[in-house]
Amino acid sequence: MNTTSIIPAGISAGISAGDLTSIRAQFPILTQKIRGKDLVFLDSAASAQKPRAVIDAMVGAMETQYANIHRGLHWMSERTTDAYEAARDSAARLLNAADRHEIVFVRNSTEGINLVANSYGRGILKPGQAVVISAMEHHSNIVPWQMLRDAHGTELRIAPITDTGELDMEAYEALFADGKVGLVAITHMSNVLGSYTPAERIVRIAHSHGAKVLLDGSQAVVHRRIDVQALDADFYVFTGHKLYGPTGIGVLYGKRELLEAMPPWMGGGDMISSVTYERSTWAQVPHKFEAGTPAIIEGIGLNAAIKWVESIGYDTIGAHEAALTDHGLARLSAIEGLTVIGRAQDRGGVISFTLDRAHAHDIATLLDRAGIAVRAGHHCAEPLMRRLGLDSTARASFGIYTTTGEIDFLAETLTKVREFFQ
Amino acid sequence: MFEDLRDLYNATIIERGRRPRHMRRLEEFDATAKGDNPMCGDRVQVWIKYAGDGTIAATGFDARGCEISKAAADLMVEAVAGHSADDTKKLFAAFRTLTQTGSCPGHAEALAPMAPLAAVHEYPSRIKCATLPWHALIAALDDKGATTSE
Repeated sequence: MNTTSIIPAGISAGISAGDLTSIRAQFPILTQKIRGKDLVFLDSAASAQKPRAVIDAMVGAMETQYANIHRGLHWMSERTTDAYEAARDSAARLLNAADRHEIVFVRNSTEGINLVANSYGRGILKPGQAVVISAMEHHSNIVPWQMLRDAHGTELRIAPITDTGELDMEAYEALFADGKVGLVAITHMSNVLGSYTPAERIVRIAHSHGAKVLLDGSQAVVHRRIDVQALDADFYVFTGHKLYGPTGIGVLYGKRELLEAMPPWMGGGDMISSVTYERSTWAQVPHKFEAGTPAIIEGIGLNAAIKWVESIGYDTIGAHEAALTDHGLARLSAIEGLTVIGRAQDRGGVISFTLDRAHAHDIATLLDRAGIAVRAGHHCAEPLMRRLGLDSTARASFGIYTTTGEIDFLAETLTKVREFFQ
Repeated sequence: MFEDLRDLYNATIIERGRRPRHMRRLEEFDATAKGDNPMCGDRVQVWIKYAGDGTIAATGFDARGCEISKAAADLMVEAVAGHSADDTKKLFAAFRTLTQTGSCPGHAEALAPMAPLAAVHEYPSRIKCATLPWHALIAALDDKGATTSE
């Protein structure tokens, strides 16, 4: 199998074979061989590969334009500050935030959620109030709320899911009946099931009961245009490395009036207005939440990643990935003994599955021999696995560079995996 | 396509992974411990019954995981039978060497039951699957109750 053979002509409604070839050519890693075989990278939901534009932006900054930011009075510092702060403008544009000051840079989605739990949670929520999460959260959107519960006396409520892997909206709404819910923190797209959650309804219901909403967009922002104003989300988090950007940089969006009312979480340089031994005063948002020297190069990389995604466009991304997902579901479902986990109507390019004859780890080891990278395990969502009655699944996840040919190769190889374990 | 994987998934591993001979909870036991690999979700529990001289008289286990972890647990039961706690810890050290290098000089005979797992050293991400039941066994010997392969 060579690189061209996995890209059949005229494959999807969203993108032509020529355009896909040109997109793939921008990802240097896709030319790598795995034990002599073409890399078939189907683990983008864990972390996406990086286009040349991101790599060049980061290397270029280090080679030509680097100094610490926000403090230097010299040319290099000013230029680097401009390049880093441009990422804030890009992130605000990506999410359609009303104001660039609503973009707080964090290390990743996990840190964004922890920031809200520690600042909004401890500073604004009162003991006895409840936080609602769903039964399909990543550990990063479970554990911070457990820690808040144990430290602050809030309650943790779980909105159940249906057997198809969708949020049970009736049960969700019932959680508000006693008026105690102060905050909802729910994924916008499940990293295991691929299900989108009905974010607008989630927010509308929460707001009608006086609760704020944090949406975990780690997966969703990769596949769908996000408009935090249209969603009326109070907080929205995503991470750079799943959006074709670098690790170590993520975004917390928060409505400005909320961010202003919230106490800082971490203290240090860059987040203060003035410091004496008696007391310190805080910088304006978002800097109040950005203590210490930030991930400067990574911020510059994130800016490049956002611009790159915008240059492809969410219409193209969405159409291509919808075609890939339909194709993947059809091909995998046709394999004897294979069960696709989750049957949500509104879903994206993440397909978890089990095979009757082989454990997920064994599947992953065999696929790896064929050059195919998938994830196997509990996907950092143990409570969801228990809800589904599973210990682990294998998961194939798609990115903009994924081809239907790669999915065909996955399906053919899975058939051979099953034969191997007969 | 996968014939070169038969070094790892050899006949013994497939057979023991699929139909373990010792996968049972001991009705009477002196020690037990659970092991889990938080990175992948594999779980195992081990029960031990000691003989009058303190050596291992019987071992049972329950495992939820891949073929490698279940086969490793099943073969471990045979490898440690009749050994003292100290000897068992030495066997584990030798088994770790086996999983990392493919051989265990000086212990090949004592570890003969584990030999079908020698090829795991070529699959670094799977070594923890093979060692997880041993971690649980050692935790039971030390009365620690629970452990992880991390």
